[in-house]
Amino acid sequence: MIDVEMPQMGESIVEGTLTKWLKKPGDKVERDEPLFEISTDKVDTEIPSPVAGTLAEILVEEGKTVGINTVVGRISDGAASSASPAAPVAASTPAPAPAPQATVAQSDGASHVDAAPQASPAPVFAQGAGTVVEETAGPLSPLVRKMARENNIDLSRVKGTGIGGRITKQDLESYLTGQTTGQTTGQTGTAVAPIPAAVPAPPKAPAPAPVAAAPTPAPQPPPAPIPSAVQTTMPGAPPAMRVEPMTIMRQKIAEHMTFSKHTSAHVTTVHKADMTKVAKLRDKLKGSFQAQYGFGLTFLPFVVRAAVAALRQYPLVNASIEGTNIIYHRDVNLGIAVALENGLIVPVIRNADEKNIVGLQRSIVDLSTRARSRQLRPDEVTGGTFSITNFGSFGSIFATPVINQPQVAILGIGAVQKEPVVIEDAIAIRSTAYLALTFDHRLIDGALADQFTAKVKSILEDWTEEVM
Amino acid sequence: MPSVVEALAACELVDVGRIGYAPALALQNNMVERRKRGEIPDQLLIVEHNHVVTMGRNGHMENVLASPEVLERSGIELHSTDRGGDVTYHGPGQIVGYPIFDLREWKRDVIAYVRALEQVLIEALAEFGISGDRQPGATGVWVEGAKVAAIGVHISRWVTSHGFALNLDTDLDYFKYIVPCGLTQPVTSLRALGCTASRADVTSSVARAFGRVFERDMRGAKMETE
Repeated sequence: MIDVEMPQMGESIVEGTLTKWLKKPGDKVERDEPLFEISTDKVDTEIPSPVAGTLAEILVEEGKTVGINTVVGRISDGAASSASPAAPVAASTPAPAPAPQATVAQSDGASHVDAAPQASPAPVFAQGAGTVVEETAGPLSPLVRKMARENNIDLSRVKGTGIGGRITKQDLESYLTGQTTGQTTGQTGTAVAPIPAAVPAPPKAPAPAPVAAAPTPAPQPPPAPIPSAVQTTMPGAPPAMRVEPMTIMRQKIAEHMTFSKHTSAHVTTVHKADMTKVAKLRDKLKGSFQAQYGFGLTFLPFVVRAAVAALRQYPLVNASIEGTNIIYHRDVNLGIAVALENGLIVPVIRNADEKNIVGLQRSIVDLSTRARSRQLRPDEVTGGTFSITNFGSFGSIFATPVINQPQVAILGIGAVQKEPVVIEDAIAIRSTAYLALTFDHRLIDGALADQFTAKVKSILEDWTEEVM
Repeated sequence: MPSVVEALAACELVDVGRIGYAPALALQNNMVERRKRGEIPDQLLIVEHNHVVTMGRNGHMENVLASPEVLERSGIELHSTDRGGDVTYHGPGQIVGYPIFDLREWKRDVIAYVRALEQVLIEALAEFGISGDRQPGATGVWVEGAKVAAIGVHISRWVTSHGFALNLDTDLDYFKYIVPCGLTQPVTSLRALGCTASRADVTSSVARAFGRVFERDMRGAKMETE
């Protein structure tokens, strides 16, 4: 086991922040391959691995600041043992899935280039001919042997700069550079490119081949101009895939969603609400709303109003969890999920319990309009205590929403539809909608969740005009 | 015989003019790899970007005040990048310098490198009668409390990339989309400070100062076509 330490990146530097591990525990790493990144002041630095081997453990997590020479991880000395000439270590090592060739050639990282030769099988010596001379200082890595063989280098003429005068890949590269100027660009590439036949060919992308091969129509957005864009090895052939970095917003959404799923014990309960009274009232008032206030009237403010009343009755649903404490919120700040073209944002109606239907509808129209035109202030998307999502507006009957952390519940409303309903053994046509409450079972049990949802349902079903 | 004057190591000045952020990044990466292999000497790449907001590794999205969509509509790209620092804006009227510099042949000290970059810009500004200074804990070059140049660096095997952005006659309105580097202090430009020097003049002052501070023999270089 080799300790990997926080390096000192300058005289005055006493500590560094580990910003990113570039390898996971269990990953193979070549000597000098970038292993992690640190940050000091305005400088980010890639730190190469001191040895070849397998990253055994990570002792300092990303984001932690530690003093120099602190051990941040350990590497088990796997590849180093391959220095013993007889041991066919490379062959016994399961060949890592070959990195896509195009990526090797194209990508920024020497890391990919370094990773590939791990796959090289043992029979270096069988074909080693006379060119590889053994009497060099220190053991040789399989990569160095392979490079030397492929480039017919007499290793006794290469000066080693590694530990104990060991010859490294860089030494070979600079030797080659010095020897064959003009041919040097891409030397690294040629050295590793011929992946031996023993390595299985990269699996072809299965199904969508015909689609990808079909000439792409013009209106398709142009691929993001990133240098690492994947290209196929066949010149001229259209690429089988397109690489596009996520927008920051997409990354944030992804982060929030998985964080929420990892944090809360999500359970969803579904009630069916008879929306007939609300639907009639809405039909009656829609026109006058437009004339009087300049916006229409949807089902959403009714649901918000009902939810606010239910939250007042069941304050645990309006709470959040902090460690082992329950935080009860005095205010009811209601988040409303708003779909954007390429994302989602949840602006918050503050003190939603102080607003009537007109005020709620006005807030909903204002927040969603400004959300779509990206005019929201930061304080308008934070501080929510409960959220509502209206997936019904996209035709969904019911769905299981994800809790908006650190809240403990979210109410989803399905589409309001007319359907035949049995009432006192007679069939009637009623407007109904499913109310789906996803709750955090860490804090809320099923009984409470159903009491809450039943309360929302009963308010909606027994709506009277006075509650406007 | 100490009388022999030792020749300074060369540094090539490559001014490519206006270039998108992504192509410039690709160019930098290409130069970094070739610098690591010793195929080229140190480089000072000078560029001018189209409107772009870039996020460093330690970037906080809350320091981008406008959404990706607003940025897009305003013709501003949004880019994540591997340099140090938080969020910054680049655009027309900025002199952006990307030194591809092997610190093993200078000092193996990343902080000394950042301080030296500041020194380069302070000396260049002085040629135009502007007195720039440093602020403790806030890397960059400041004039009377306003930031005139930002710095953010990436290092791989002691070879640097990214670098500095000096506001020449940048439209400072564009900074309203971000909180520069997470700091709330104002930004300024040479033009806002009353300096009317041309881009060419300021660029060559910066290059000369770079040569002085890093003890490099600055040479013009033609762009290679690859």
